[in-house]
Amino acid sequence: MSVEHLTCPEDLARLRLQSARQTAEDTVTIAVCMDTCCCAKGAEDVWSAFETAIGIAAERGLHIELKRTACHGLCERGPLVIIAPGDILYQNVKPENVTQIVEETVVGGRVLESLIYEDPETGKKTASPSEIPFYTKQMRLVLRHNGAIDPESIDDYVAVGGYDALAKVLTEMTPEQVIAEVETSGLRGRGGGGFPTARKWRSCRAAEGSPRYIICNGDEGDPGAFMDRSIMEANPHAVIEGMIIGAYAIGSPQGFVYVRNEYPLAVRRVRKAIEDAHEHGLLGDNILGTGFDLDITINRGAGAFVCGESTALMASLEGHPGEPRAKYVHTVEVGLHGKPTCLNNVETWANVPAIISRGGKWFASIGTEGSKGTKVFSLAGKIRNTGLVEVPMGMTLREIVCGIGGGIPDGKRLKAVQTGGPSGGCIPEHLLDTPVDFDQLYDLGSMMGSGGLIVMDEDTCMVNVARYFLTFLREESCGKCTACREGTAQMCDILNRICAGEGREGDVELLLDLCQILEDAALCALGTSAANPVRSTTRYFRDEYDQHIRDHYCPAHDCRGLFSYEIVVEECRGCGACLKECPVEAISGEKRKPHALDQSLCVRCGACFDACSFSAIARVKPRVGSIASAAVQVEGS
Amino acid sequence: MARASVSIDYEGASEAVAAAYGRDPNFVIPMLQDLQREFGYIPSEAAICMARLLGIPLSQLYAVATFYSSLRLTPCGDHVITLCMGTVCYLKGSSKLAARIQASLNVGPGGTTADGRFTFQPVNCLGACGLAPVLVVDDTYFTEVKPIHVPDIIARYARKDGAARDVR
Repeated sequence: MSVEHLTCPEDLARLRLQSARQTAEDTVTIAVCMDTCCCAKGAEDVWSAFETAIGIAAERGLHIELKRTACHGLCERGPLVIIAPGDILYQNVKPENVTQIVEETVVGGRVLESLIYEDPETGKKTASPSEIPFYTKQMRLVLRHNGAIDPESIDDYVAVGGYDALAKVLTEMTPEQVIAEVETSGLRGRGGGGFPTARKWRSCRAAEGSPRYIICNGDEGDPGAFMDRSIMEANPHAVIEGMIIGAYAIGSPQGFVYVRNEYPLAVRRVRKAIEDAHEHGLLGDNILGTGFDLDITINRGAGAFVCGESTALMASLEGHPGEPRAKYVHTVEVGLHGKPTCLNNVETWANVPAIISRGGKWFASIGTEGSKGTKVFSLAGKIRNTGLVEVPMGMTLREIVCGIGGGIPDGKRLKAVQTGGPSGGCIPEHLLDTPVDFDQLYDLGSMMGSGGLIVMDEDTCMVNVARYFLTFLREESCGKCTACREGTAQMCDILNRICAGEGREGDVELLLDLCQILEDAALCALGTSAANPVRSTTRYFRDEYDQHIRDHYCPAHDCRGLFSYEIVVEECRGCGACLKECPVEAISGEKRKPHALDQSLCVRCGACFDACSFSAIARVKPRVGSIASAAVQVEGS
Repeated sequence: MARASVSIDYEGASEAVAAAYGRDPNFVIPMLQDLQREFGYIPSEAAICMARLLGIPLSQLYAVATFYSSLRLTPCGDHVITLCMGTVCYLKGSSKLAARIQASLNVGPGGTTADGRFTFQPVNCLGACGLAPVLVVDDTYFTEVKPIHVPDIIARYARKDGAARDVR
């Protein structure tokens, strides 16, 4: 199809009609999710197999459209394929299933039972996403087009109403009206801080200096969070459209999208979206013939967590190491290259087009008093349905984890939910009826963060979780300010000690003192919020710290050396798997007879536990005096 | 893959990269990324050329190259084993995988084996948390990896270039 350069809003409307007509015909569409997770599980091979199968079907006069889409949400069950009409969702599709899908489902109209969703709890099978609880309990606004449009096709985006909001803004609204509409919506920044978006835009617009810049922060560095990646991979044009609208409101001729280095597919899709928007006259000079000019460029990060911080990100864009600066003067006044700069997160920008199209009042009708709209979360960890979910603000964490997420697998007990990444905290099970809301999560000692929701079960040691985050923060601290550079290192050392069974009385108090210093003295939010993992775990799981320190025992059986392994004689079949794996020959026994484990030789590496298929290795509290101190080592640090 | 050798045109490569960004020092990070794509790492010869072309001190390039974890100043092996150390992967045992990989290859994080076959690169998070723990060799993802899978994965690449997916 030749590229059409749109020179006025009427051109856009015409393109929409054309594209919509093409997709509305009665053709059968097979949509294959091609995001990072599904591709990791072989979606590209599935795609090739469909190409071949569809080619063969075409010879028989069957017309089937194959469509590339992105994240449908149920990441762990990929590759995911949706067949329309019929709205049938197939999961874990392999290339060898493809011929059968075409013959049985497309030609024969029969649903393949073996490929549809099975409820992990009830075993009930469901073919349509509209009946799967994982989907029915969500409210998808930002993700509404995921799975329906090809992220690499601007026509697809236009067909579902894309760039409509932009046309409306450029022809019917003044910049002040745009900001007012966003203000009415109550939109707050989705990157973590929750700062009111309209206030940021207004300050930037009012700031002295020229040119003004806008930035999309796609440096999603929180480990365990992948919402922004999924949005950029699934619907990059929504982000670009939001940015153009923002640039118009603020009066900016130049925008930047800063994407993490670890997200190559997101970089490719956003780059293509920018190029396509340019070719269609939706970026560049004289957008839609209205006289508004904007260029957007994409920058890849180079691997630094701190670059998610606004001033560090700007330093990085200027070609420097990503070191933050003190923000006595806000970046909306003095930002990139010393000019007024408005930085918003991917999800924030992606919310803007819908707010303009459907109105701020509509958006404000969703959510809670202080937090409007929806929030996208990446739900992961010890949970049945891992994936990308979007819920209205105000839904409780329990509804998300147990309702949408389907609860905890393997009959384990839910222990805590971690939100906000390394800057957030762990919320214990008894507080999970808290609604998702910027302010309420903050009150619990955590924060919304960018939206990672990590579920932890009884096998997760909360001291080790704190240690993990502090190890992360110590490595990622840029080293500019002493409080963060030295504070995270000291906290990490203490936590390493506790997890190795060498904790001392007073260590927890010392940790809390260091938390206070970081909160008071660190330069940027990476440092001040580094206290949160320790604060929240000591607040809700103090008992675990005490058991590590006093009893040299890890009640979650997670910290190596702080619990023992024993062979459960009744369960042991004498298969020899553990015996073979044991690196110190601590296990002995004859074939087909229960084996024995010599505690005096055991180094507690857990190789036997991992090797056993019969649950015949138990993790127990060590008997007094049985800790082989030489064996106590902390791994992975 | 390019290895240190007199015949490599560092000057020409640096000039081409610098020209692509109008010799603007603001773009030093993408330039270093481009050099790394070309050589597999940032050779000191190229960095010296680049600093001269941009009219900035070499120390400024060095500061950038050592600050960002994806930029390397030493060559990497034929195969790069990237291990996700994100929260979910960690909870599901990536540190055990790291220990196993390091023991079998006798390398530390970021290190390259003596035979130049493998580089082991732990990273913060690949954002594929639904498939944790995730290990990537070159461009091939291995998902829900267990420690017992590690020797098998390494063996495939140690033999010769071969790739296989889904060892589960």
